[in-house]
Amino acid sequence: MLTDYLPLVVIIVFSVILAFLVVALGHLFGPKRPSEKKSMPYESGMVPYGPGQRRMTVRYYLIAVLFILFDIEVVFFLPWAVAFRDLGLPGFLLMVAFVVVLEVAHLYAWKKGALEWE
Amino acid sequence: MIIVFFVLAFVAVGCAISMLITRNAIYSALFLVLNFATVAILYLILGAPFIALSQITVYAGSVIVLFLFVVMLLGAERLPGGEPLRWQRFIAMALGLVLAVNLGLAITQQAGDLGMLAAPEKGFGAPVEVGRVLFSQYVLPVQIVAFILLVAVVGAVVLSRSEEISHRRELYRKPEAKE
Amino acid sequence: MTNWLEDPIRWIAEWLYSVLVGWGILPSVADVILMITGAAILSTLALLWVLFLIWFERKLIGRIQDRFGPNRVGPWGIFQSVADMIKIFTKEYITPQGADKVLYNLAPVLAVASVLLIWAVLPFTRSIMGVNLNVGVVYIVAVGGGGVLAILMAGYASNNKYAFLGASRAVAQLISYEVPMVISLLVPVLLAGSMGLNDIVQAQSVPYLVMAPVAALVFFITSMAETGRAPFDLVEAESELVAGYNTEYSGLKFGMFFVGEFLHSFTAALLFAVLFLGGWRGPFVDQVPLLGLVYLFIKTMVIYFLIILVRASVPRFRIDQMMDLNWKVLTPLSILSFLVTAVIAKVLEGQFLFQVLGLLAGNVILLVLFMEWGERRNKRNRRPMVSQPRPLATPASDETSMAQS
Repeated sequence: MLTDYLPLVVIIVFSVILAFLVVALGHLFGPKRPSEKKSMPYESGMVPYGPGQRRMTVRYYLIAVLFILFDIEVVFFLPWAVAFRDLGLPGFLLMVAFVVVLEVAHLYAWKKGALEWE
Repeated sequence: MIIVFFVLAFVAVGCAISMLITRNAIYSALFLVLNFATVAILYLILGAPFIALSQITVYAGSVIVLFLFVVMLLGAERLPGGEPLRWQRFIAMALGLVLAVNLGLAITQQAGDLGMLAAPEKGFGAPVEVGRVLFSQYVLPVQIVAFILLVAVVGAVVLSRSEEISHRRELYRKPEAKE
Repeated sequence: MTNWLEDPIRWIAEWLYSVLVGWGILPSVADVILMITGAAILSTLALLWVLFLIWFERKLIGRIQDRFGPNRVGPWGIFQSVADMIKIFTKEYITPQGADKVLYNLAPVLAVASVLLIWAVLPFTRSIMGVNLNVGVVYIVAVGGGGVLAILMAGYASNNKYAFLGASRAVAQLISYEVPMVISLLVPVLLAGSMGLNDIVQAQSVPYLVMAPVAALVFFITSMAETGRAPFDLVEAESELVAGYNTEYSGLKFGMFFVGEFLHSFTAALLFAVLFLGGWRGPFVDQVPLLGLVYLFIKTMVIYFLIILVRASVPRFRIDQMMDLNWKVLTPLSILSFLVTAVIAKVLEGQFLFQVLGLLAGNVILLVLFMEWGERRNKRNRRPMVSQPRPLATPASDETSMAQS
């Protein structure tokens, strides 16, 4: 029930509040003298042009897809790892089948060169 | 408990609505994170900590990163105003109405008594149980998940850069040919 | 009542509880008050502890590089970070033009909070921990997502191209290295048969460093990458990206990212000690539980020392090397070590000594075979060197080089 997780909730709330407090303290003590030049985005002295957010490379997308792949794999494996003593041989083989399918995906991306960067 | 549930439910629905009406796609994604987090707490209330935390890991952790990457990849942070497809609105309204009626009927007619359910027994939803059930009762869905993920990776690789890659691999593999 | 000599912290907690109840406060409210006090002490101590860590690291790196390191403020310069902290409090917040104000201010808070949250489930002694969560490992992975979001938010909201590039790089690195990290986390879970961190510590009559050295190695490397430590600090490669995603932050907002980074590396060392070195376990810990805190602390400092040592001695990776190391070395290695551990643990179940020896042998064999394979692979497809002669400054040699090509 939720009361079991009450300490967790307390710590979550408290650490967020603490971080907010520290940042707010900086507001209290720090000077506030904004100026045009000061608030320019710092791009090594060049006057910035265009928006600060540019389009990303498609590679990052691939990395994210691979990340999801393995993340879901791990989410399935964690309960397997806890219960594997009871599952016996069939459980083990099923897990191996799961790994093999995912490794095929990983190796496919690898062999296709999707993991090459320059 | 019922108060906590209703607060969470309102937060979750509020986040979902804000996600839909925000014009900035980054904010939409972040509202979605909040929505996932509140739903995760609902799972926690139901006594399923593993499901709750995997919800946060998978959805708020990795799927959202993928969403944000895609948004930034397309440079589509800010949606243009106005609607490209005007006629969608009427169809959406009609479908929404159908859904509302359907839900209303389901709640009033079929659900019967919606009292507080009994608390699940101790150990229900524990990781061991989840593991046992996943790899014995629900083997087929688990394996299908693996295949879906395989298809997703293959699709991503093919869509993004198959030609470019094969070209580059030629360059790496045969340095002699270049000279 | 527990004896105060045995377990003073628990004793103080019980005493406070009885005082509060004695004042006529409801027991449940008294519980909450105690929790809030505990959380306050824990997170404040954690943040203050960073001051020491910064000094320690600067001093150590200074010594390694044949310098003195900080030596002006206090004995051995130990109050240097206190002086730095006071200074950073008086710094102005500069918000860049066109920044997304909400996300810009939220990012540093999230960056620190997501690290502090990990401390909620760490077992400091047998009895002192925030929550004895039976899914502690998943919790750690889930909380890690907050740091990723914070970096993306900072990079996006800064309205700075370098910050944006730095953030996208940082996130790519973080999510890539999270893959082998969580897979290597599976191994202690598998051996202990539980996801709760305290259960994992309790199960380690032999530290898992002995039973699963490969997983420990992978976890060590990836946790360095997760915390953005050198050699994995290409996120803030100042020659390429100014300072990465926190370029536009000043004053304590920058300080929050900085503190978050240091705290994260210490937390990673703490996690390593809990998962692979047996956490609070040690001699006489059954009689005096508080000794566990000392043991945990010593183990953590050893690991932290190692992390700094690596930082001081290894040059920064290039981005392609970093990605190669992750996807072509650590990920397959961690999956293999998971499979090997599962097989050996199952086959030799029951005979504990054989199990330990078998796991050790299996891991060593795996590591040797894997390195052999990597060596062969490297020989097979080595990248071509730049084969063109470089253009030279003098005109005469310029002609010869043109003639060659």
